Amino acid sequence: MSIEPTLSTDILVIGAGPAGIAAAVSAAECGRRVLLIDDNPQAGGQIWRGTNIDQGPVSARGWLQRLESSNLQHINGCRAIFLADSNLLIADLHGQRCAIRFEHAILTSGARELYLPFPGWTLPGVTGAGGLQALIKSGLDVSGKRIVIAGSGPLLLAVAATARRASAHVLCIAEQTRAKARRNFAFGLWRHPGKLTQAIRLRAQSIGAPYSADAWITQAEGDDRLAAVWLKHGTRHRRIECDLLACGFGLVPNLDLAQMFGCTITGGAIAVDKSQRSSRQNVFAAGESTGIGGIDKALIEGRIAGFAAAGSADKAAVLLAVRARTQAFAKTLAKAFALRDELRTLATPETFFCRCEDVPLSAVRAMPNMRQAKLASRCGMGACQGRICGSAAEFLFGWRDTASTRPPFTATALSNLISPSIEASQK
Amino acid sequence: MNPVHTRCDVAIVGAGIIGAACAEACAAGGLNTVLIDADFPGGGITACGMGHIVVMDDSAAQWALTTRSRELWMARATSLPDNIEYDACGTLWIAANRTEMDAVEEKAAMYQQHDVHAQILNSAELARAEPELIAAMSGALLVRDDAVIYPPAAARHFAASAAVLGAVMRFGQRVQALEPGRIHFADGTILDAERIVLAAGLASNDLLPNLPLRARKGHLVISDRYPGRVRHQLVELGYLHSAHASDADSVAFNVQPRRNGQILIGSSRQFDVTDTTIDAPLLAQMLERAVGFLPFLRDVQVLRSWTGLRPATLDGLPLIGPSTQHASIWLATGHEGLGITTATATAELIAAQLLDRPCAIPAAPYWPARFAAEPTNVAT
Ligand SMILES: Cc1cc2nc3c(=O)[nH]c(=O)nc-3n(C[C@H](O)[C@H](O)[C@H](O)COP(=O)(O)OP(=O)(O)OC[C@H]3O[C@@H](n4cnc5c(N)ncnc54)[C@H](O)[C@@H]3O)c2cc1C
Ligand SMILES: Cc1cc2nc3c(=O)[nH]c(=O)nc-3n(C[C@H](O)[C@H](O)[C@H](O)COP(=O)(O)OP(=O)(O)OC[C@H]3O[C@@H](n4cnc5c(N)ncnc54)[C@H](O)[C@@H]3O)c2cc1C
Repeated sequence: MSIEPTLSTDILVIGAGPAGIAAAVSAAECGRRVLLIDDNPQAGGQIWRGTNIDQGPVSARGWLQRLESSNLQHINGCRAIFLADSNLLIADLHGQRCAIRFEHAILTSGARELYLPFPGWTLPGVTGAGGLQALIKSGLDVSGKRIVIAGSGPLLLAVAATARRASAHVLCIAEQTRAKARRNFAFGLWRHPGKLTQAIRLRAQSIGAPYSADAWITQAEGDDRLAAVWLKHGTRHRRIECDLLACGFGLVPNLDLAQMFGCTITGGAIAVDKSQRSSRQNVFAAGESTGIGGIDKALIEGRIAGFAAAGSADKAAVLLAVRARTQAFAKTLAKAFALRDELRTLATPETFFCRCEDVPLSAVRAMPNMRQAKLASRCGMGACQGRICGSAAEFLFGWRDTASTRPPFTATALSNLISPSIEASQK
Repeated sequence: MNPVHTRCDVAIVGAGIIGAACAEACAAGGLNTVLIDADFPGGGITACGMGHIVVMDDSAAQWALTTRSRELWMARATSLPDNIEYDACGTLWIAANRTEMDAVEEKAAMYQQHDVHAQILNSAELARAEPELIAAMSGALLVRDDAVIYPPAAARHFAASAAVLGAVMRFGQRVQALEPGRIHFADGTILDAERIVLAAGLASNDLLPNLPLRARKGHLVISDRYPGRVRHQLVELGYLHSAHASDADSVAFNVQPRRNGQILIGSSRQFDVTDTTIDAPLLAQMLERAVGFLPFLRDVQVLRSWTGLRPATLDGLPLIGPSTQHASIWLATGHEGLGITTATATAELIAAQLLDRPCAIPAAPYWPARFAAEPTNVAT
């Protein structure tokens, strides 16, 4: 007999970003019982988090309002921890363990940033690009601070816009991709009007911040915190003194949940069929976790997954053409921002490869694969469990960290792994 | 196709901590040695263990093997590379009540009689030694010279040191079959070896059927860093007696401080379970038991859990010596939950016997022949 608080639902949606919101709202519209959980205090995911429902961008407002008025159950501060059986998820709800029984699951756990090691990347003052954005959104004061933004992808512009709105001096945006690839990407945008307006708006807001393509970080300098960065711009080297460096090399899908559910992963993303169903019969996936493609792809895939999980695949049929366009956009995006080879050789032998366990590059470079590197050097065994260095190793060495599907998905209080029924029986 | 054909004195199949240590000892003894692994050194069960180097006294033979092993570890402790993380933190065997305290006293007397350092701590001394432990404990036995290592690095080091001594490494090469004097690899190649030492852990059974081996599954959980909160390897004394002694599933309090401040939490035992998935209810029971002794653990962040299958025998002692099937095929396996500790004396025993030299401890208690009189597959 269990005394554990247990929720139960037809459809469980994990992750309340655009994909999860669209999935949950769509499934609920079909009359199914839906539970949407997210580990953050607010819904919205990476892009809409902190959006004021009365003021934000139109599409954000629209979806957040639909979420509010939908009769689905929606719980924030609830993090999936492990799967007790194929229909029972254990979650951490505000620090308390709770169990969730479900028929179908929709995984919309988004993406995380790719960080690559370079000399100085662990200095205080160096953050992820999205990381800085999140810090600013949650109240970090950057007014008057000199910031360099470097790395790759459209996210750099979004970060610049956020930083400027918070009165920071954005000294430079260094985009590693070649100017030509980026121009082609910009032309390609004509086929995606939604994206174009977003891109232009972001560019406009970041005006005044010099934007360089063909430029990438080679080093961050400073004694006990960041003092300056070195950029390579084509063939030239430049040193820029600054207070903060925000650096991200694009996004990689979050796959931990999918691995735990036993879903097939292909090409670094959750494999899904045309109704967004994974290799597991009762598990669907949508958004960045099925491949990086941005908000439009997340929304359309979320709707399709929601309808399909609710058993209304017919409603999804009309959306397939739009999805095909967003997926084509995702391909263009990947091509336009493909990472240059030079980024594979930024780190020196002494540079930390695994920042959790202080493992230098020299300790892993000669290894044939991630598992062997891990066991020999303890890289990837620390707090982040290889999320950072594992993704970096994939780019740097072509290593795939083969499924590590053991509970918990993410660090959690030990008490969350103890089931209350056992406690009760021992008392 | 013309298979590559080579010869050696001794071929060791399996480069876990046992096989790697044997290779080092054989090469050091001047034998022409080949060390083989389907994968790489230390990637098997050796990568799943706790790395507690511990003296145990369940039987005279276990005592002899573990004390000799620990002596050998201590003798080379200062020359081990830093990444083996040798930490002589000692073991505290925790007595929860008066009866267990009696056992502590018996043990202390026995250890001291054999010149093994052991010290009785009363309740107050224990509280000072481990402030996080619940106050209700009666006391403990401190075994000062027990240590903790990082096992996969040790296996790697033994293999590397064997190579320096002239042993040939053949990693990434699976052995398909054995016959006296000859090893057949999965890729079709052949290696002739005067003697073969089978040290393939549980998989030894695939190459030499009907070994008296069975799996004994264990769970472990690792936390984030909490430096200084746990100072010794902590084991409940009940571990020796009650639950773990039987064939039923059991858990016991067994917690280890890692050098970087992480805390490794065990342990569980399940016989003849061969799937390596996490058993959530058993894991919960194991953690609940640990929290019962160390309440602060309830709130630590845990990063990961995993399982491993210990290669166990029917009498709790390893198989070290010639197999009953073929005199030239030797065994070095079945070390169950003590293989990290006993790798050193196992290697010493194997090398001494292969070289016809005197052994530091009597070798017969570990000979596989002890099972010959019994039906081999009692477990089924
Ligand atoms: C750091 C960062 C910043 C970004 N900023 C922008 C931007 O400004 N503009 C832009 O256009 N795009 C941005 N993106 C891209 C963004 O991923 C997409 O535009 C869009 O938000 C994707 O929607 P999604 O629903 O697939 O994923 P997300 O929006 O990432 O939503 C996934 C949600 O799932 C939650 N989650 C994950 N695992 C669990 C778990 N185990 N239990 C419970 N909840 C979980 C996450 O916390 C998150 O809220 C950013 C991406 C990142 C990684
Ligand atoms: C949870 C747990 C906790 C433990 N804690 C401790 C502890 O604290 N202290 C302690 O002393 N011991 C401990 N142990 C026990 C210890 O880990 C084992 O006894 C020891 O690792 C066994 O080593 P091995 O070399 O025999 O096996 P393995 O490490 O499994 O090595 C066998 C090798 O053989 C290779 N192999 C298999 N088949 C073939 C083939 N056909 N061809 C070629 N190669 C092959 C494999 O690749 C592998 O590398 C623990 C074990 C577990 C599971």
